[in-house]
Order: sequence, then C-alpha cells, then structure tokens
Amino acid sequence: MEIYDLTIHEVRDLLEKKEITSVALVEKVFERIDAVEEDMASFLALYKEEALEKAEVMDAKYEAGEPLGDLAGIPIAIKDNMCTIGKKTTCGSKMLENFVPPYDATVIEKLEDAGAIIIGKTNMDEFAMGSSTENSAFQVSKNPWNLDYVPGGSSGGSASAVTAGEAFGALGSDTGGSIRQPASLCGIVGIKPTYGLVSRYGLIAYASSLDQIGPLSKDVEDAAIMLNAIAGHDGRDSTSAPKEKVDYKKALVNDVKGMKIGVPKEYFGEGVNPKVKSLIYKALEQLVALGAEYEEISLPYTEYALPTYYIIAPAECSSNLARFDGIRYGYRAEKFEGVDDLFTKSRTEGFGEEVKRRIMMGTHSLASGYYDAYYNRAMKVRTLIREDFDKAFEKYDCIITPTAPDKAFKIGEKTDDPLAMYMSDICTVPVNIAGVPAISVPAGFIDDMPIGMQIIGQHFDEETIIKVAYTFEQNTDFNKRAIL
Amino acid sequence: MALSVKDVEHVSKLSRLSFGEDEKKDFVDKLNSVVDYIEKLEEVDVEGVKPTYHVLDVKNVFRDDEVKPSFKRKDILSNAPDAEGGCFRVPKVVK
Amino acid sequence: MEFKTIVGLEIHSELKTKSKIFCSCTTEFGGDVNTQCCPVCMGLPGSLPVVNKKVLDYAIKAGLAFDCDIASYSKMDRKNYFYPDLVKAYQISQYDLPLCSNGKITIEKEDGSTKDIGLIRIHIEEDTGKSLHGLKDVSLLDYNRSGVGLIEIVTHPDIETPEEAGLFLDELKSTLEYLEVSDVKMEQGSLRCDVNINVVSKDGSVKSRISEIKNLNSFKAVQKAIDYEAHRHTELLKAGKNSEKDTRRWDSEKNRTVFMRSKQHVEDYRYFPEPDIVDFEISDEWIQEIRDNLPELPKAKKERFVKEFDIPAYDAHVLVSDKKLAHYFEALCADFNDPKLISNWIMTEMLRRMNLEEVTLDDLKFEEKDLVVLFEQMAQNKISNNAGKKVFRKMFETGQKPLELIELMGLKQISDDDFIEGLVTEVLDENPEAIEDIKNGKDRAVGYLVGQVMKKSKGKANPQMVSQMIKDHCL
Repeated sequence: MEIYDLTIHEVRDLLEKKEITSVALVEKVFERIDAVEEDMASFLALYKEEALEKAEVMDAKYEAGEPLGDLAGIPIAIKDNMCTIGKKTTCGSKMLENFVPPYDATVIEKLEDAGAIIIGKTNMDEFAMGSSTENSAFQVSKNPWNLDYVPGGSSGGSASAVTAGEAFGALGSDTGGSIRQPASLCGIVGIKPTYGLVSRYGLIAYASSLDQIGPLSKDVEDAAIMLNAIAGHDGRDSTSAPKEKVDYKKALVNDVKGMKIGVPKEYFGEGVNPKVKSLIYKALEQLVALGAEYEEISLPYTEYALPTYYIIAPAECSSNLARFDGIRYGYRAEKFEGVDDLFTKSRTEGFGEEVKRRIMMGTHSLASGYYDAYYNRAMKVRTLIREDFDKAFEKYDCIITPTAPDKAFKIGEKTDDPLAMYMSDICTVPVNIAGVPAISVPAGFIDDMPIGMQIIGQHFDEETIIKVAYTFEQNTDFNKRAIL
Repeated sequence: MALSVKDVEHVSKLSRLSFGEDEKKDFVDKLNSVVDYIEKLEEVDVEGVKPTYHVLDVKNVFRDDEVKPSFKRKDILSNAPDAEGGCFRVPKVVK
Repeated sequence: MEFKTIVGLEIHSELKTKSKIFCSCTTEFGGDVNTQCCPVCMGLPGSLPVVNKKVLDYAIKAGLAFDCDIASYSKMDRKNYFYPDLVKAYQISQYDLPLCSNGKITIEKEDGSTKDIGLIRIHIEEDTGKSLHGLKDVSLLDYNRSGVGLIEIVTHPDIETPEEAGLFLDELKSTLEYLEVSDVKMEQGSLRCDVNINVVSKDGSVKSRISEIKNLNSFKAVQKAIDYEAHRHTELLKAGKNSEKDTRRWDSEKNRTVFMRSKQHVEDYRYFPEPDIVDFEISDEWIQEIRDNLPELPKAKKERFVKEFDIPAYDAHVLVSDKKLAHYFEALCADFNDPKLISNWIMTEMLRRMNLEEVTLDDLKFEEKDLVVLFEQMAQNKISNNAGKKVFRKMFETGQKPLELIELMGLKQISDDDFIEGLVTEVLDENPEAIEDIKNGKDRAVGYLVGQVMKKSKGKANPQMVSQMIKDHCL
C-alpha cells in the first residue's frame, strides 16, 4: 500500500506518531501527481511551493506537541469554483480563466484554520453545469478506473484526484448530484450536506437555492472528518442554518440494528440499469443481515424532479451568471461597439455551449408570460417533492437508492445529447430540490466499474446517513481504491 | 411549446448572448428538446400548493448597522479588464 | 377644450444608515472612488448579501410617518437587467410584497386648503454605482454608492400642478429629515425624483400617453418639468396628435425635456424571489416599538407651536421646516418668555443672515444662551431694539458676548430719569413751536422731539421714556 492510497485518518495517525512528516506527505502526493496527472487531468492549478511551506509550519506544530485537529498537515484539493485569495479561480470557464479573487471562501478559511494543506484546484464542468467534466473549457478529467471513461461531474476533477491518490480528500459542490455522482462513478465517498449546513460564501454560485459544498473522500470516516471542518453557521451567508455544531465522527458507529429503510420504487424504473438495481438490492440485503429492515415505498413526485430541477437551476443560474459582463473582472471581448455589444460579445465568447443553453433556458423560464407556467410552477412542484420526503421520513430513518443510473460512460458518449447527459442526475436531483442530505458510498462494480449507493436522510440528520454508510462500508470491501 | 427562432432571438437579447446563423439551428433544436422535457410539469396538479422559495425554514436573518473596513481599491480593481483614475472604464453608456 | 394634468412621482431616497444594505461598507458621501467597496457590494463571484436591519427600521419609520400599512410578511426580489453601474446585473429590490403600502402625505396650499397625495408603496432596495463621464466615448465607474440602502416611494397620480408637486416634495423632505432616516439632499443625490405625467381633457374624451421624466436635480426642476410637459402634451392633443409613451430627460439649461427612449417595449425584469435572502416576518411588537419612538413630525409640531406659543401659522411653518431650527426655537422659548419676539428675531435677523452667509445652526459662532442675554437686555430696556440688532450682527460675525459688545460699542441705553429729564428740557426749550403742536394734537411733533433728544444722546436715550416725558411735559 502506497502512502497516497491511505485515508486521511490513517495518515493523520502516522503524523501523530511522527512516523511521517507533513512535508513528506506533500512530497509524496506531488510525486504521485507527477506520475499520473498527465493521464488524469484532475487539476487546473497546483500549489507545490505553498503546500510545502504550509507543511513546514504544520510540522513545527507537530514537533512542538501542539494539540492539532484531524486535518492538520493533510493535503486536500479544492474544486475550482471556491474562491481562494490570490489564486486563480476559474470555474472551469474561459470567462474566469484569469480571475483572481481578493478573498477566501469561508470553507477555505475553515480548512486553513484546521491546518489542512490546500495543494491545488480541481477541474470541473464549466460553472458546475455538467455530469462528466466534458463541459470544462480546459480539459476533460479521466476516471482512474478506466481512462476512456468519465469520472462524473461536475466535481469530476476532485473525484479523480482523490481516487487516483493525488489528494487525500477534496471539496466539491453539489447542485443536482455533482458530488455524489462522481463519487459513485469513481468508487469513493461523497456527501451533499443538508442545504444550509455548509456556508456558500465564496462558492461561485450556480443555483443559489440548490448549491452545497461537501467532501469527496476515500472512506466514510474521512468524509465525516472533512464535514466536521467545513460545517457550521456563517454570518456572511444568510441561508446558513443557525444550528449547533455537531461532531459527525460520533456517527461512525458500526450498527444498523432496527434501522428502518425506505426504498422508493421510482428510483429503480426505466432509465436505471437493471444491474444497478440488483446491486443496490444486494446491498440492502447486506444491511438486513446486519439488523436493518427495508420496505418498498413510493415518492410519487420523483418523475417530476428532473424537469423541476431543469427549470429552477437554469433560472437561478441565468441570474447568477449575468454579472459576467466584461466590466469588473473576467473575460472581455477585444472588439465591440458600445456597451451592450461589449456585454454580448464577452458573454458569447467567454461562456461554453452548455452554460449558454442553461442561461437561455433560465431566462426563458423567468420571462414575463412564462414565469407562472415555468418558474413558479416548478417552485410548487418543489413543495410536493419535499413533502414526499417529509412523509417518508415520518416512518423511515433513511432512504436508499442508486446514486447514478449506471456506471461511468465513455468520454464523448453523451456530449451530443444534452437530455441524455441530464439523465445522469435522475437519482440525485430530488435530494437537492428537497434540501435533504445524502451520501454516496461504494456498493459494487459493473464491468469492473464502480457503482455507488445513495443514502438519503432527513434535514440535518447527517448522523443517520453517516452511520448507515459507515456500517455498510465496514462490512463490505467495495472501497478498494483505483490502482493504476 | 417549442421556441421559434424569434423567441430565441428575444431571449438571447435579454441574456446578452448571440448565436451565429450556422449554430443557431442546432442550438435551437437542442434548446427545444429541453423545453419540451420541462413542460412535463404541466401534468402536475398544483392547485392550492404553496411555492417553496426557501428550503430552510428560517426568517429575519439580519446584521447590525456596523461599519467595517472596506477592501483596498487595488483589490477592487485587481481584476479590471480596463481601468483609469481609480475607476473601471467602459465605452460610454448612452443614457 | 380644457385639460387636467395628472402627475405621479417616484422618489428614491438614500437611507442614512452607517453601513450599506447588504454589507458593512460605509455609506459616507464623497469618498475617493472605489474605496468604499467589498466583494458583496461589488457583486464579486461567490459573494452573498446580508440584510442590515436598520434599513428595515428606517423604512418602517417612514411608512408609519406617512400613514402606510406595514407588511407583516415581506421579502426581497431580484430585478434583472444589464447596466454597467449594476454590479450583479440584478438589483435586489422588492416586487410584490413591499414593506409599506397605502399611505398618504397631506399638503397645505397657500390658500389654506389641504389635499392628500396618496402613496402606493414604499419599498427597500440597493443603490447602484455611479457612472462618471470621462473623456470622449468613455464612462468611468465608481462603485462607492453601490449597495447603499434606498427607499423607493411611489405616489398615486394625485398631483395636478407644479405647486402641489413642490409642496409634496417639501413635506416629504421635511418629514424624512425629522425622522433622521435620510439626508434628502437632491444636489448630493441622496434624494432622486422621477415624474410620470400625462394630461386628460376635463370631459375625459382624450388623454395623452404617459411620459416619464428623469434627471431632475432640484424641486424647482421638478416643477418646471411638470409645467413644460403638461404644456407639451396639451399642445399635442389640441393639434389632434398625441404624445409617445416615452422616457425623457430634463435639460436644466434649455429648460425642456428631451426624448431618451421609447417605453413601448416594456423592459422585462424577470422578477423572482431573492434566493440568497430569507423572508421577513415583521411582528406587531417591532412595528409598535418604532411607532413609540417616532419623533414629533413637522405637521404636529407646527400645530403645537401655533397653539402653545401663539405665533402665526406662517412663522410656525418656517420654524418647523428644519428640525434643528424648531428645536433651537423651543430651547430659546424655554429660557426667555417671549415666543413672538424670538420667532420674529429668528426669521428676520437670523435666517436672513444664515442664508446669505450659507451658515447652518451648527456653524453659529454665538451660543444660545448669549442670545437669551441679548433679549433680556432689550426687554429690560437696557438697550434699544435698534442697538440690539447692531449687537446681534456683531455676535453673528464674531461670536463675542453681548454684554461685552454693548460696552465696547457704547450702546447702553440711558434710562436715567435725570439725564433724560435734562435733555428733554433742553429740546423743549429749543423747540417752543413743537410744544404748541403737541398741545394741538399733532403727534408727529412728539416723534420729532424724540428724534432731537435721541440725537443729543447719540441714540442712547431710552426712546419710550423720552416720548413719555415729552408728552407729560406738554400735556
């Protein structure tokens, strides 16, 4: 087992025991990056020097015997839509190719405070719109299990980095599945926290009422550790939940006795590979063997979740991305006549096709005459979808579904058909619409490619889903990592 | 309801985006396939259903009227494509 | 054919909160360009707004002062449009649930009649940056003002004349000043007013299309623009034509409106609820607390002044037009019991000079208690009224104390019986014909003789005493 294959908690142990230094960790990680990054294309930026500097600082603290947190001295990667002061933050877009934020996102501040070492920014679908990183303006990341396949998206770079051992953990963002789906396709763990648990301050917005930042990691314990570091109320984010801090490590309990699980039939229908269905049911049987019970339930509004998402998200994004007009930052066209032309040319040249498509869809949904039929209607269906979950959680502790309808697809396979690409999100999108938390945990393989299981919990009940995921993980061996 | 080329031109103008003639057709087709799809929501009976604008049940999030130091001008201008005399510079706006 | 003018006003008033509406940058006027900004008011990617509670407090305060209904449930909405001074390409404003609705402002016309101008709504929103016109074809953008809290006040189209508009704006401005929610300085841009105007024939058969007038920099400009537009619309209708539904700019040099753009095609702002800001629940307690702490407003203060101090309505009106001035007046009245004199003095001696020298109450060089001393000297006949005015002029210029000045300027009025007796006797001896005139009822002669005594005493004799003594001697 190479160092880069270890988990955060394993490596933290070594650091504690002084069996390795943080500097050595960083060097090892960069060695690994040198070896595989050309294939993986996980990163858009790497900060080797700064990482080594910070590692030295952390080593001094370890030497001095200072009490340090779980992430102290650990190399972490960040999806490139979270602002890092003085460092380019591109959102995978030509529009922000040279944008250097003058401030840090709250989650970055928290990770820095926790002593983590940020080693670089990872590749993503442009402005978080996509399910494969093929919409990135710069490069397509690869699935470490098979380089012809996508790692998922939009947090594809974060997923491939963690899977390939280029980072011990990574942050991603999830609006319709962008953490969970890549986690599933790459055989790692990903959590989309309850909406409001993690501050969005400094996260370059895609869809304000759906976006959440969360961890991608090699195992559930690592995910809990990272969640501990980033969760918490933030006065700079009005949608941040005023909740008491929770220690998610306490949920790492290997016990699901008496756990009541709901399995919604709508997540196993047409569009989901039957092999995925059997894998999930196999996983459920394993949980039953461990003392849980499950029942088939119905969440009747599920089929409307994807169209609802594709009204809400584009509408909000059309507004959030309007600020990119070439005046204060970002791409500016070279030739233009007058200010309106400056706006139009800069935006047309700076944005990629999918982003433009969603801006157009969003503008259309909000336009006078269409608002009631589209946006407002979608907001009502949202209520119905949420009520589905609320009702289910009256009876069940958690809900289990596949994370993605299939294993990873080939690069280029779905790029010509937006709808086909959107279908990658059918199992993940309802979760964002309702604002509930969900975790994806490795649950098996199809054709040697990973498949994830999604465990959904009630609002602010990350503890239950972490417990179920942890128990499942401790009693199976699906989280073996991709070895190249 | 599919968007006509005219509809697309109107929405483009509102979005400050433009499409070349050759890409227009393909773009419109792809856009319409999505528009068709989202119209599935028309099937849903939303009579009496309140819209959910905020998934979090929190109200009245405020801050006190306290002044804190602003950012330095050089940071504010640091990403400016074109600046002059401490200001951002653009072609004249015809008011 | 006779026509009626119909005017509605849309007023934006910058709120006097210390920090901006969604961030903690200062709202101070006149700062060096782009030095009062942060990621939030610059709309940098990733930034998020957090509402300044004081903005709601101030808006509710204004709503209560104008008799509005205060919403118990409200929210913010996004108004989407592209413009260089709008950093996010959307303005966070309020659309369908404004904080305040259905109010009114009562104006009092010169003939004493009153009229209610209805308010449709008052809502809160953020201000935009400023476009400074640079050389040639370039605009320069300063975002210091971006994010300053505003209230937008929309009236019903109840205004019919430039006079009514002027009275309305005066009352609005004075109330907002009293509430201390805004500086309301049109020249500084903290108060902006747009006019919506059209005319309709008295029999209702023809009406013109509404013009929106912008770029009005003073109350006078508002009045002139209304006058101009009413005339323009009327002439068009009389000629069998009609105005266009347009937006026009007021040209203060040429004193006319100029076409800017057509409003045929209504801008689609694609309003939707602001997802980054949670909703507002405004409790009855919250509203009551603000209501309990409302200051006495100009109208009520004016009525009280008339009743309590027995001064004319016009004087009261002038005194209450400025909150500090009203306070100054009352403070003086508490220390010197002649409100009529004080009010007169303020209006004739003080305000005149203050306006000329462009000096405010805060700049006055003399203290309030010094003025009281001066009044006392006059009341006790220690100096004449004329002398008092001379002393005051010096106090105003230099801030020297009244008693010192009276000494220095040798203005002590002499009320000494013997001294005056002496002078009167002299004058009477010198003017025997006058005595006859007085005996015959010619009062003018008294004045003449008083004048003679005053001359001899170099203005220091107490004129009332002199006059009385002369009469006593003669009659």
